[in-house]
Amino acid sequence: MTLATSDSGHGRRALLAKSRKLGTSLAVIFTTLLGLLVITFVIGRMVPADPVLAIVGQEANQAAYDRVYMELGLDRPLWEQFFRYIGDVVQFDFGRSNLTRNLVADDLARVFPATLELATAALIIGTSIGVPLGVVAAVNRNTWIDQVARVVGLLGYSTPIFWLGLVVILIFYAQLGWIPASGRVDLFNEGIVDGPTGFLMLDAVLGGHWEVAGDAFMHLLAPALILGYATTAYISRMTRSFMLEQLTQEFILTAQAKGATRRSVIWKHAFGNMRVQLLTVIALAYCGLLDGTVLIETIFSWPGLGQYLTTALFFADMNAVLGAVLLIGIISISINLLCDIAYRLLDPRTK
Amino acid sequence: MNTQQQSLGARVTLWLHDENVTSRRQAIAQRWFSGLVALLGSPIAVIGLVIVLLLIVVAIFAPLLATHDPYVQDLTRALLPPSSEHWIGTDELGRDAWSRLVYGTRTTLYITALVTVTVAPIGFIIGAVSGYVGGAVDTALMRLTDIFLAFPSLVLALAFAAALGPGIGNAVLAIALTVWPPIARLARAETLTVRSSDYVASAKLQGASLFRILWWHLVPICLPSIVVRLTLNMASVILTAAGLGFLGLGAQPPTAEWGAMAAAGRQYLIDAWWLTTFPGLAILIVSLAFNLLGDGLRDVLDPRNG
Repeated sequence: MTLATSDSGHGRRALLAKSRKLGTSLAVIFTTLLGLLVITFVIGRMVPADPVLAIVGQEANQAAYDRVYMELGLDRPLWEQFFRYIGDVVQFDFGRSNLTRNLVADDLARVFPATLELATAALIIGTSIGVPLGVVAAVNRNTWIDQVARVVGLLGYSTPIFWLGLVVILIFYAQLGWIPASGRVDLFNEGIVDGPTGFLMLDAVLGGHWEVAGDAFMHLLAPALILGYATTAYISRMTRSFMLEQLTQEFILTAQAKGATRRSVIWKHAFGNMRVQLLTVIALAYCGLLDGTVLIETIFSWPGLGQYLTTALFFADMNAVLGAVLLIGIISISINLLCDIAYRLLDPRTK
Repeated sequence: MNTQQQSLGARVTLWLHDENVTSRRQAIAQRWFSGLVALLGSPIAVIGLVIVLLLIVVAIFAPLLATHDPYVQDLTRALLPPSSEHWIGTDELGRDAWSRLVYGTRTTLYITALVTVTVAPIGFIIGAVSGYVGGAVDTALMRLTDIFLAFPSLVLALAFAAALGPGIGNAVLAIALTVWPPIARLARAETLTVRSSDYVASAKLQGASLFRILWWHLVPICLPSIVVRLTLNMASVILTAAGLGFLGLGAQPPTAEWGAMAAAGRQYLIDAWWLTTFPGLAILIVSLAFNLLGDGLRDVLDPRNG
């Protein structure tokens, strides 16, 4: 009897602790999102350009100006404007772009798949080169292999990505003519594929448009490789330091002493143990790619989120800028959160 | 008696190596000296250090190293290829590209230095207070840090620069806003390791103020890892500043800034390759130098995270 009650008491306590933990995580998500909104709201208010003038134009009379001023709620106190802003954002209403005259939310939905395609391609390149490079560097610590990996990493950290893009265009487009320099496909291939995923190349393959797929591949190649290189640098450096940490642990020595093969020690014991950390790094690399795409998309006229953002910046189209920034912020926070959760679920040490 | 005959250099060497440390000053000097020796023993760090020093020298003596006035336009001499007169050609307004590249070191150093001196104390204070005081203050400050950390740094800097308006001062502010969170995280982590140590507790019992504990007991603990982090950060600050300049949100014309120079060359990419190539190369070299130096410093100052 007593045993049973204490058991259920324990269970209840565990449940309580678990729900409290969940409550804390939810509070964290909530405050982070709120903070994000505060930042974008403040940025929106700091803009020197008059949002009313952007809508009514310079020649509007005072009455029209006042009407729009009231419509935008600019006569209300700041906190009320902020709550209105939150209300709008929750309904995915980021306002209308002054440049495209579309709803910013629609614009974002249209351009985002292109960025996702580019970032995913770069992440695949970065992971498939970076992880093996990092492991090999760690295993051969302080040999020339390690030094080469170090130089590759440091160069990747140090190269201005927009410049690399321009140099690649200069050499491989202007001089050699191997690659196209702008867009996702050639003009005559545009609009043929309108596929389920929004990844143009994948959609073209799925739809059997092989010519379009090849064209899309050629367009994707240079920007994806450049971004992939930067990602390789990051992932290989992190992999190396995780691996070194594992290789100095005692269980590695034990495994070796028990006669495990070198390959088994490296890949099964050491690598198996750092998968969760690595997952986090790869996810963070994905976030970092959102940064890189801004510049690379501008260089390669890639019609994605980055180009949308920089074009909007250029024309002081603040609704579009803030919408894009908010979207990028929300994606980053979500990825960070998913990492946290994955870490807790997969890594037994955090239990 | 022999010491009198020894040269000053030998006496200093002896003083630096003497195992019977007699003064606080000597202890500090010996620590710096051994650190310097270790740093100079790493070829990678030395290369980085030399390039950084070179950058400073070029910035100081820019007027002597420039072959032309970097601001004088001459449209009859626009877009000339590299020659003995114009070492790396002229830009679209006929200005000498080499001279502008030389003066660009000043802009780069200015931005990097200003961001660093802004960010170091802010990041340290937020992190150290958060770690030392703990509780609700810690939660609030770390939440704030997380929010800023959640944004990809260039995007956040872009948004701030766009809101504040283009210009070099605003670019510095925008970059600083994205750089402080990792410093704060670091300072907090270091503070947590010594917060409950005896020497901090004894200082507290003696009635030391928060400021006194921060300055005398936490700064020395946090300094090495913060210095490493700041040095590595300088590389990314340079890249972000160049990115902002490239997008027209950094230093405004006619100021010589490498990112903006590369951007100007973009229009003439095919006909005048030198306009984009050299400023970009300069950014790469300087940013690489800070990365090399930071990597080497980490080996010396902060071996745990090597």
